Amino acid sequence: MDYVLLTEQFLNGFQLGIILFLMAAGLTLVFGIMDLVNLAHGSMFMIGAFVGGTITLVTGSFIVGVVLMIPAMLIIGIIVEMTTLRTLYPRDHLDHVLATFGLILFFNEATRLVWGPEGLVVPLPDFLDGTVALGAITYPVYRIVIIAVGLLVALGLYILVSRTRIGMLIRAGASNRTMAGALGVNIPLLFSIVFGIGAVLAGLAGLIITPITAAQIGMGEDVLILAFVVIVIGGIGSIRGAFIASIVTGVIDTMGRSFLDVFLLLFLPENAAESAGPALSSMMIYILMAAILFFRPQGLFPPKGAG
Amino acid sequence: MLKKMLGTAAALTLLASPAAADIKIGFVTTLTTPVAVIGKDMRDAVELAVEHLGGKIGDDDIEIVYADDEFNSQKGKQATERLVLRDNVDIVTGYIWSNVLLASAPVVLNADKILISANAGPSPLAGAQCNANFFNIAWQNDQTPMALGELLNQQGVKSLYLVAPNYAAGQNMVAGVERTFKGKVVGKDMTVWPSQRDWSAELSKVKAAKPDGVFTFYPGPAGPAFIKQYQQAGLEGQVPLYSVYTLDSISLPLFQKAGMETVLGTKMTQFWAPDLDNAANKKFVGDFRKKYGRYPSFYAAQSYDAINYIASAVAAVDGDMNDTDGLRAALKKADFDSVRGKFTMGNNHFPIQNFYERTVVKDADGNWTTAVGKAVLTNHQDPYASQCKMK
Repeated sequence: MDYVLLTEQFLNGFQLGIILFLMAAGLTLVFGIMDLVNLAHGSMFMIGAFVGGTITLVTGSFIVGVVLMIPAMLIIGIIVEMTTLRTLYPRDHLDHVLATFGLILFFNEATRLVWGPEGLVVPLPDFLDGTVALGAITYPVYRIVIIAVGLLVALGLYILVSRTRIGMLIRAGASNRTMAGALGVNIPLLFSIVFGIGAVLAGLAGLIITPITAAQIGMGEDVLILAFVVIVIGGIGSIRGAFIASIVTGVIDTMGRSFLDVFLLLFLPENAAESAGPALSSMMIYILMAAILFFRPQGLFPPKGAG
Repeated sequence: MLKKMLGTAAALTLLASPAAADIKIGFVTTLTTPVAVIGKDMRDAVELAVEHLGGKIGDDDIEIVYADDEFNSQKGKQATERLVLRDNVDIVTGYIWSNVLLASAPVVLNADKILISANAGPSPLAGAQCNANFFNIAWQNDQTPMALGELLNQQGVKSLYLVAPNYAAGQNMVAGVERTFKGKVVGKDMTVWPSQRDWSAELSKVKAAKPDGVFTFYPGPAGPAFIKQYQQAGLEGQVPLYSVYTLDSISLPLFQKAGMETVLGTKMTQFWAPDLDNAANKKFVGDFRKKYGRYPSFYAAQSYDAINYIASAVAAVDGDMNDTDGLRAALKKADFDSVRGKFTMGNNHFPIQNFYERTVVKDADGNWTTAVGKAVLTNHQDPYASQCKMK
């Protein structure tokens, strides 16, 4: 076995996992805590990429783009929550799906009107654009930065939810909305802020992947599906579960793409392995999800107090 | 009063119709989604072709009906159905994507209308499923990568790694290179199309395999993303990248804007280049640049050819679009000034033509473009023609 390649693929999977975590964390806050099925979370990923990308191109600095994207997404998130989503909380999940699907169409069209159909290419600053040697392997600097940023955000989120007053209110609102409200917590305001934080996390994920893939209309939808898989595997409403499940999903997906065809070649003829490999590897995480749902329907790490 | 006006209008229409019947051409391309940049380039070329024709073929006005396939084979098929059944176009052309063309072709052919692909050249339509009413004015999918395989042999590449998207055209491209490449294929990855935009896993495998060269095919905006990641992974400068349909006049300005100088000097193969030396091409490229301020892509060149190709056939039957036999015979002759220079139509209605080496260069004004080199394959016919029963 080639350990250099194996390590490199592990890092690739970890980096994909980090992006999934940033998406899934926001999704789990909104879905797990506010009980809102938000398909438009992928749109926040896209808007973050376009808004942050535009700021980067105007100011000439990617760092400024990232920093200014945060308040911009917080405001956009809060506006979306206050204008459309707020009225949906008492209704059932199917209405959520319908309304937020409408939001996807709206945001895609709006992005096309503002930025045109060709998308946005965001350059990286020179100091992030090369590779770095880590022992025997050379790895793109920027992908290491993505991993580092994701880990920092995970830590920050953990501290926010478990160690701060707003985190306590979020947890209280999640366990029993009515009781928390009766104790004087401003639930509507709290939910606006939570949704805003979710939008910032999704926007951050979208923006940091943009120098690699370029910003495209509809770029959030594929990631959104993976993020839903992640929160189902991790346990709905659990940040810790979302983190672990993201990394597991990212690594399994990458390992499948890189080694499954080689593995199949051991016992299949070349033609069959070549066509079965890509097909099977794109199914792997769904197989994983199905297996986990069968053995642990509540997910791997359900939040305390839930099912 | 209203009645009188309507009556007059109807009378005028009756009077006017024999003199200015419209030749209605349906043009299917991608006008929305991120790959709409390709559709825009094609549409610009079609508009230029119509302008060069003075808006007329003989006495008939040309009317182009554009339809959007939304980068999706089902939507493409529906768009084709609307053109054929509702708009009742005389002839259908366009089509960027092989999967869209394969889904849509039966709609046109079952209606006994003529279909001319301006880009997609999937192997079934060139071989066993060839059809008297189907013509391709671009190339068969395998041909350009076959030329590339030949170029790799000439460049002394002994080991090759292939990365391409897993759909009809991607599979054809890879098969084409493997058909002519004499060295060893050390790895092959077919990636999910069109959603996969991050190739970290594949690029890590390329790095580990240490090949002499990498072959890729990512049309549209996926191409710049792939090459950017190739650079970020530290592969550029270590393993030369060869491609088909990935670096073109649509992607090169993006690379230029991002200052990615390493793309300069990259080699590819193609049947056409903006600097190909013939009168039709000089007029096309010159006027295209004057009108739109940029180089045309090969998609544009083929679309321009498609309209002139149709015009030559319509002129041959004096505008009688019901004379399908006459149209077919004229199309088979392909007697028009193509921007690629002289070529002939094969028995399967796919071109027999030259394929040239192309290199990414800076032009005299500093714009990034491609320069044509020597012909790698001359008068080349695709390998599926022998499976086609037409003579």
